[in-house]
Amino acid sequence: MLEIRNLHAKIASTGTEIIRGLNLTVNNGEVAAIMGPNGSGKSTLSYILAGREDYEVTDGDILYDGESILELDPAERAAKGIFLAFQYPMEIPGVATMEFLKVAMNAQRKARGEDPLSIPDFIRRVKEASAELSMDMAMLKRPLNVGFSGGEKKRAEILQMKLLEPKLCVLDETDSGLDIDALKIVSDGVNALRSPDRSIVVITHYQRLLEHIVPDSVHVLYKGQVIKSGDKGLALELEENGYAGVIGEAA
Amino acid sequence: MNIHAAPQLTPAETALVNAFGDRLSQLPGDGAVMIKRDNAVEQIKAGLPTKRIEAWHYTDLRRLLTSVPAFDETAKAKALAPVVKGSPVFAVLNGVSSAKTEKVEGVTVERIADKLVDGSLAAALDPRGTDDAVGAMNTAFVADGYFVDIAAGVVLDAPIELQNVQAGGQTHVRLPVRVGDSARAVFVERQTGTGDAFVTSVANVVVGDGAELTWLIVQQQPDTATYLGQFNAWIGKDAKLTVFVMNAGGKLVRQEINVAARGGGSKFTLRGVNLLAGDTHTDVTMVLDHAVPHTSSTEIIRNVVTGKARGVFQGRINVHQYAQKTDAKMACNTLLLSDDGEFSTKPELEIFADDVVCGHGATVTEIDRNHLFYLMARGIDEKTARGLLVKAFVAEVIEEMEDETIVEPLEAILDEWFAEHG
Repeated sequence: MLEIRNLHAKIASTGTEIIRGLNLTVNNGEVAAIMGPNGSGKSTLSYILAGREDYEVTDGDILYDGESILELDPAERAAKGIFLAFQYPMEIPGVATMEFLKVAMNAQRKARGEDPLSIPDFIRRVKEASAELSMDMAMLKRPLNVGFSGGEKKRAEILQMKLLEPKLCVLDETDSGLDIDALKIVSDGVNALRSPDRSIVVITHYQRLLEHIVPDSVHVLYKGQVIKSGDKGLALELEENGYAGVIGEAA
Repeated sequence: MNIHAAPQLTPAETALVNAFGDRLSQLPGDGAVMIKRDNAVEQIKAGLPTKRIEAWHYTDLRRLLTSVPAFDETAKAKALAPVVKGSPVFAVLNGVSSAKTEKVEGVTVERIADKLVDGSLAAALDPRGTDDAVGAMNTAFVADGYFVDIAAGVVLDAPIELQNVQAGGQTHVRLPVRVGDSARAVFVERQTGTGDAFVTSVANVVVGDGAELTWLIVQQQPDTATYLGQFNAWIGKDAKLTVFVMNAGGKLVRQEINVAARGGGSKFTLRGVNLLAGDTHTDVTMVLDHAVPHTSSTEIIRNVVTGKARGVFQGRINVHQYAQKTDAKMACNTLLLSDDGEFSTKPELEIFADDVVCGHGATVTEIDRNHLFYLMARGIDEKTARGLLVKAFVAEVIEEMEDETIVEPLEAILDEWFAEHG
């Protein structure tokens, strides 16, 4: 599904290198957790996967279904099935949430050569998905993410993910700002999307989320490289001993 | 009068002065009206305002008005379906009002041509001052329009649309409205047409005590036309006036809004959307007088500038010495989408009272790249995503109008404009 080969990337405006020779493979149906201390490049990696312009890839490649995506813009990547659940979802005043959902769903359908959804069909899908996430439809009448609480924004991200049915989901610190109940709802939402032909990359700081979304593999990111990979046991080890041990090993 | 030598007239000024001579015999009016016309044409002969006149600093009318088309009796203008479905329409087509207009309960309508002939409009014809070029040109040539009088306490269930449609040539209309005490009304002032028309329009509006009036100016002239509009209002005690200006066309456009809050407890709201494209010039100039204590006002103008378009917003708030407890806030935000476009903002606060809250702010921005990335990351292509964001920027002030019957048609005009220029 996803193969990152010797990736090097810098911040375009300052030239600061953030990703320094990163290698990572995520197979079809795999849930991979990326953990690491602050500043290790976790969020940067998520942005680079989604195609944010602020970062420039200087070396290496990102293969998605065997093809390089480096030349694709964010919309083209999304249409191919890559979805980033943002750590800090953007508030966009003036853009109605429902309108946004409809435009996004139909844009992706169009890119895949499918007909646009009928209005009743669209509304039915949104109703079903929001009910599963215990979201009030009234919230979706508001402008996109405007006035949403931190937890509501995260739920709205997962709602979008359910509706857009991506093949590669990248969750950037989806647990931050969530209380226990919301964490459970969001995790259940993610788990419901697990399937043999969908891969999920969970970026997180804490083991907590991984109790709910149990990963198949865990990778430690430090200074822009994956310094250690393992199974879910690695996350528990990190929880107990902190990152220092793993970093020391790698050094 | 002028003791110095009159300046050499520009081709446009010459055309106006000559047109007055040619037109004089056909202009309606009793003696009093004709004297006002003569005085007004003298003002034109003294020269149109240049940038040296403060109120015209960013719109050098003398330079920008390069030509004035002749009156064209043969031009055909057709009435349009109203902006808000089901509105009664009072149309001025090619400068002529209709004798057969819809009857609306509690509303009296008179034709301006009649009020010029009987002289009852004469008192209202004086320009606002020596720099009031729009008022002077209108007074010189005004031939028709409608006077709409809403009786006290009447609540209109549908907006009234005043339509001014001009197909080339010249037209000069007046649209005075009186909203009686405690009455409630919505008006749509529609300024549109085809060809290279030259249009002036003056609406003098009196909002009675406790009345509520929403006035929408929808200007969609073609990019070959010159439109000079003036909206003057006097707001009574505890009355509310909301003016929404939407400029979505015109080659040379100036919309003046002069409001006097002369009743305590009155509230004035101005919202404006300027959609600017091509090689055009659009100016919205507001002068607001807080003349008595305890009045409030807010003004928000949103501009989208594309192509080589130039835009202007001048907002002047005068708080008179006696007008304590005035609350006034003004903002002008511009989304500049082209390197060749420009927008000039001139906020002016003149405050003579010491216990007031007044503020203003102006911003010029480009599309927020973070917002753009977010939308694109959901599969929305760049062009569509940009369109959504630009629309969102102006839709915010439209949605503030809350009334769905108004919001939807205004958003439809927005969509229409973006389909053509986005």
